[in-house]
Amino acid sequence: MVSIARDGAAEQPQDAAHHGPPPAIPDFDIVPRIGLALAGVVMVAVIVVVAINKLWPLEFMHVVFGAGWTVIDLFLGFVIGPILGTLSIPARIEFTTRFMPKMVVLMPAIVTATLVAGWQLSTHLGTNLNSYPQHGWVVASMIVVGVMAIVALGLLEPANIAVLIELKKPRPNPQVIERLMKRFIYAAGITGLMQVATFVIMTKLASS
Amino acid sequence: MASLALIVAAGIYLSANLPEHVSLAPAVILLSLSAVLMGLNLVSLTRVKDFAWERFFAVARWSLLAYLVIAGMLEFVFLHNHVRGGTLVVLTLSLLIFAVHVPTLMGFTVARYHQSSAG
Repeated sequence: MVSIARDGAAEQPQDAAHHGPPPAIPDFDIVPRIGLALAGVVMVAVIVVVAINKLWPLEFMHVVFGAGWTVIDLFLGFVIGPILGTLSIPARIEFTTRFMPKMVVLMPAIVTATLVAGWQLSTHLGTNLNSYPQHGWVVASMIVVGVMAIVALGLLEPANIAVLIELKKPRPNPQVIERLMKRFIYAAGITGLMQVATFVIMTKLASS
Repeated sequence: MASLALIVAAGIYLSANLPEHVSLAPAVILLSLSAVLMGLNLVSLTRVKDFAWERFFAVARWSLLAYLVIAGMLEFVFLHNHVRGGTLVVLTLSLLIFAVHVPTLMGFTVARYHQSSAG
């Protein structure tokens, strides 16, 4: 077992001799304040865009944030995830403490902006009406988003928070971190796969 | 998770049929099942011995604030598009359950691993 300590000079476990000193954990904020402020700006921007209800701002918000959501999920699930699994424990800890707090505020803001702007755009264009010829595809996109929401909110986000809280402890439990990180990466992989379905649906809708 | 899935299904059913009038019965059934499941989950949680409630509430209260904002934004977009009557009531209740559900899941995950870590 590899022990982890917040402070490199902390008491070492009995088996540390086999693995060297426990890796130190850099200090970090679970919820970065700057990120919160940026998320607040995004939320206000979305409200303004919905209120003015003009095509270009709505399209901009939906496409930009939707693309961000898709790219992050795909990159996390298929690129970062497999790499993370092969890193040494100190490298994983360092990456996690820098990367995960950003995800805590980034993802809910991006997802909310995409969904709210998307719904308003759909209402503006009339694509959410039953009379719209491709309405089935719109409903399919809602189902895909619904499945992603269940995975992201039920598995991914709680694992994200729990890892960060575990890492904040004076002596974090490596097994708990390992288990939660696995859960986070698998959940990201599932949402990455679902994003491929989003590609199919959105390109179909855009070309109809 | 099942409760969350039910509430998401209710939301999709209603959203897929807006702004047309549609039978609210399926959404009400899904909403009620979700609420009952969530209630049962909370009751069973109170029976867990030595559950890390302090950790649970520390995470859940801030998550609740965040998800109330998110739910509020979704509510705003429905109100902005003149969703009214029974549909609005069901959607609002669904969003409320969603806003309580996600923080509960987050608080539970943290408290559960806090226990296994401490134990």
